[in-house]
Amino acid sequence: MDFGFLTQPAFSGGGTYLDWVISGVKWTLLVSLCAWVIAFTIGSVLGVMRTTRVAWLYGPATAYVELFRNIPLLVHMFIWYFVVPEIVPNTLGTWMKQGMPMPEFWSAVLALGFYTASRVAEQVRSGIQSIPRGQTHAALATGLTMPQVYRHLLLPMGYRIVIPPLTSEFLTIFKNSSVALTIGVLELTAQARTISEYTFRTFEIFTLATVVYVLITMAVVVVMQLLERRVQVPGYIGTGK
Amino acid sequence: MAMIEFKNVSKWYGSFQVLKDCTTQVEKGEVIVVCGPSGSGKSTLIKCVNGLEPFQSGSLIVNGQSVGDKATNLPQLRAKIGMVFQNFELFPHMNVTANLNLAQVKVLGRGVEEATAKSHALLRRVGLIDHAQKFPGQLSGGQQQRVSIARALAMDPIAMLFDEPTSALDPEMINEVLDVMVELAQEGMTMMCVTHEMGFARKVAHRVIFMDRGEIVEDATKNDFFGTPRSERAQQFLSKILHH
Repeated sequence: MDFGFLTQPAFSGGGTYLDWVISGVKWTLLVSLCAWVIAFTIGSVLGVMRTTRVAWLYGPATAYVELFRNIPLLVHMFIWYFVVPEIVPNTLGTWMKQGMPMPEFWSAVLALGFYTASRVAEQVRSGIQSIPRGQTHAALATGLTMPQVYRHLLLPMGYRIVIPPLTSEFLTIFKNSSVALTIGVLELTAQARTISEYTFRTFEIFTLATVVYVLITMAVVVVMQLLERRVQVPGYIGTGK
Repeated sequence: MAMIEFKNVSKWYGSFQVLKDCTTQVEKGEVIVVCGPSGSGKSTLIKCVNGLEPFQSGSLIVNGQSVGDKATNLPQLRAKIGMVFQNFELFPHMNVTANLNLAQVKVLGRGVEEATAKSHALLRRVGLIDHAQKFPGQLSGGQQQRVSIARALAMDPIAMLFDEPTSALDPEMINEVLDVMVELAQEGMTMMCVTHEMGFARKVAHRVIFMDRGEIVEDATKNDFFGTPRSERAQQFLSKILHH
């Protein structure tokens, strides 16, 4: 393997191929992190809604989860990029197509964010529901209201319980961000593909891309492990170790 | 007026009736022991008192307020009634002091310092002040249950409910919990205890309620219950749990 081509001037743009890779990494991180903010926020709200017994809360949340997790991510990308501008009111649609900066980036963020939200919602729900009912009873018995029980007991414990699966979800969002290349986001995989077309260094460039993905996800794993250790409950069975 | 007054309280799970026309009352300062075979509805009965279990018919007045009434502010009512559970149910992510402080601060609106002072006084009383900074998972069952009694007392309750407080404990830890309960009873706390600790009942109960299949079969003074239980079912139950 010869990685010398990375420092050669790129076909266009004035930089080297390494600059293309760096730019790809930047977009991969931007798409993934923005999408994660959406996924975590909306997923948490939906997950909590699904644990309530209030029909107008769990009904819509369940509908959302079933709709969004049952459609392939690729289709989500196409819908947000090609379909949504056509079905929103005319002026908004025109703006999305012509005026909005970076339409492919925002479409990718929304598609990935809303799709992952449905998966986060299920994890948050399972975390909350794995807390024994007696805990809620005990909290209510002291006079706390149901929202207070969520705030002080169910959410702090529920999130702790689902840190491991949430870590997987967070990793998946970085890997899934590569699907954004289908609507024209020049993230890491897209750049690797372009570079391979210009340099025929297919093996090298995809090896490099793989290593970068692994480094990113390893960093996420380390951060999440630190978080897990930080919030670990002493002597609590579920935390193992 | 009685502090807790059940009138023909009935409850169904689907078509299965778990409480059948339960009528009884608890006066201020009275200690009531509720016993009976498992599945007889004793836990359900006691959880009706603070509205943790809803019931479908009859009436239940606690401290002058109707529990079944939608207009009743249940959190406010619950704040005055302490409850202790079979599995302790301390909040695992909070240390002992934080467990005791939570409702004092969030429900009663006490300042953190005031709440902590109260919590520490109660922990001293149940002999656990040295464990104030520990987490529930680091304590033994008996210790956790004493913390949970202290947590209930921190709200200055007008009555205490105990739902099989010693059933999940190792035999040698039962007494440390019972001692705290006996002390409470002797101080005049109004108590309703689901328990099979007949020694406790003999020592401090004023009345014993015996339940079977959702019905209150016996509701008698302690001496009558242990001396001459009227129902055959209660006699059988007593002979089983007293002679071995």
